[in-house]
Amino acid sequence: MARVFQKPKSMTSAHTHYCPGCTHGIVHRLIAETIDELGIQDRTVGIAPVGCAVLAYHYFDCDFQEAAHGRAPAMATGIKRVRPDLLVFTYQGDGDLASIGMGEIIHAANRGEKFTAIFVNNTVYGMTGGQMAPTTMPNQKTTTSPAGRDVTNCGMPIKIAELISALQTPAYVTRQTVIKPKYIIKAKKAIRKAFEYQMAGTCFSLVEIVSTCPTNWGKTPLESIKWTETDLLPYYQLGDCKTPDA
Amino acid sequence: MAKVLMKGNEAIGEAAIRAGCLNYFGYPITPQSEIAEYLSRRMPEVNGMFLQAESEVAASYMIFGASAAGERVFTTSSSPGISLMSEAISYCAAAQCPAVFVNIMRGGPGLGGILPSQGDYFQATKGGGHGDYHLLVMAPNSVQEAVEMVMKAFPLAEKYRNPVIILGDGLIGQMMEPVEFPDHLVSTPSDKSSWATSGMATRKSTQRNLVRSLFLVGNSLEDNNRCLKAKYDQMKKEEIQCADYNIDTDYEALIVSYGTMSRVCRTAIDILKKEGIEVGMIRPQTLFPYPDAIVQKAAWKPSCRVVTSMELSMGQMVEDVERVVQGRRPVTWFGIAGGIVPAPEEIVDEMKRVLHAHQS
Repeated sequence: MARVFQKPKSMTSAHTHYCPGCTHGIVHRLIAETIDELGIQDRTVGIAPVGCAVLAYHYFDCDFQEAAHGRAPAMATGIKRVRPDLLVFTYQGDGDLASIGMGEIIHAANRGEKFTAIFVNNTVYGMTGGQMAPTTMPNQKTTTSPAGRDVTNCGMPIKIAELISALQTPAYVTRQTVIKPKYIIKAKKAIRKAFEYQMAGTCFSLVEIVSTCPTNWGKTPLESIKWTETDLLPYYQLGDCKTPDA
Repeated sequence: MAKVLMKGNEAIGEAAIRAGCLNYFGYPITPQSEIAEYLSRRMPEVNGMFLQAESEVAASYMIFGASAAGERVFTTSSSPGISLMSEAISYCAAAQCPAVFVNIMRGGPGLGGILPSQGDYFQATKGGGHGDYHLLVMAPNSVQEAVEMVMKAFPLAEKYRNPVIILGDGLIGQMMEPVEFPDHLVSTPSDKSSWATSGMATRKSTQRNLVRSLFLVGNSLEDNNRCLKAKYDQMKKEEIQCADYNIDTDYEALIVSYGTMSRVCRTAIDILKKEGIEVGMIRPQTLFPYPDAIVQKAAWKPSCRVVTSMELSMGQMVEDVERVVQGRRPVTWFGIAGGIVPAPEEIVDEMKRVLHAHQS
């Protein structure tokens, strides 16, 4: 019987530790499919963040480094500068990239470091238990904003893709989501494009992916998808912010 | 090879290149910015890589990433910058990534000053970052010795898969002295294919490599820490380096001093000798591993009545001197930590005072 569907070669057989309804698993798969399709598994180095994806190296079957919180872009810079022939991607959450690691991502992007940043934005610190992140929505309840995010106190959520796009150097910056098949297809194309730009030595690229965190949102997986559509996507608008061709 | 007159900072940069390290990430800070300035023009001449990072934090993680990818790398900074790098240094030690750090110490704490100091002894030898780890710490007292220590640091870092730090001070960095770069210290990078994330194709393997410092399962963290400890124990057996001065006499007092301060002490010992007072000196060149047995033996010499730790700090190495002397001799401390290097006469006066206070 013909096998019509299987796990990508660049994924291990390990079961993920992600919660039901979390979209990390989909994003992992899209990256692994891309690595397979481009035939780059044996020269790819991934960098895992601190956060829910800290154990990502259990699931990807390629060389991997584990960063300190927020520092993945500096480590990716280190690798690419001494081994430009390797393909490097960082996998970072919003606490990691948009808060403690803001300095590293901005400067890596601005220098045009030739790696790919995959930025998973689920509006909370997942692994530490759902605390408020710079990306938390106004009035969104978290464990450190029990009355809801007060924007007069904490400011408005940071739109990373737009922020990075304001820099002149970075060339490919896009925001996607993976909450429905039609979005997954687009997100896959974006991830593949980002890796292709890296292979061509074109530019730094960042793919922001609006994701779900049912556990810390206190919602079911289906409610989470719905809330993402009704509340997150109007603020975190999907699409390319910047392309090399523009 | 002929000697050339070079500023310490520039000689340190050149020494790394001569040692076979062609990758530098750094961030400017006084009194060591000349290293980055020198390398920014020198690295392109040797097809090397120079990158000015956005912060010491970022520079140190670039070091971690590049080292984890299997390449020789180094960075340099001064005290406040080393504080910022200490997080990454802890990660490098935990993940067993070799790298060379240079600290051209300035006065602290806080922003402190920009003049020479030895105030980072504790930071370098006892930790700095979090967790159970040590650095191999080497302390030069001349530009020539700084060059040789930098050149030795790369193979040592690779031998132990552990960061090595050169603990200099502002005087070593800023002073000009004649130096040569010994050919016999040129080394070939070690084979890192068993652990480095160099890409599976690079090492013709189907096995991926992981570089990590998170150990959650079972006893894996305990195992990793025991593995690190075994390396530090091996360093204690194999890497101690130490110099001495006027040690073959029946000295009445022993000075223990390192780096710039030890050069002042040497002149003071000469002055004291002319006055008929014999003082010996042990000069640790490795601060970790510390030359316990050598300092102890010298301190316990029957003629020796008192041991003084001479430092450009408010009393840091003296704790190690006390530890190894084990109360068998009185141990005193003399130090200056405001960025001033004392005159030999101040050391002479202090040794006379100490000897008077500890009559036989």
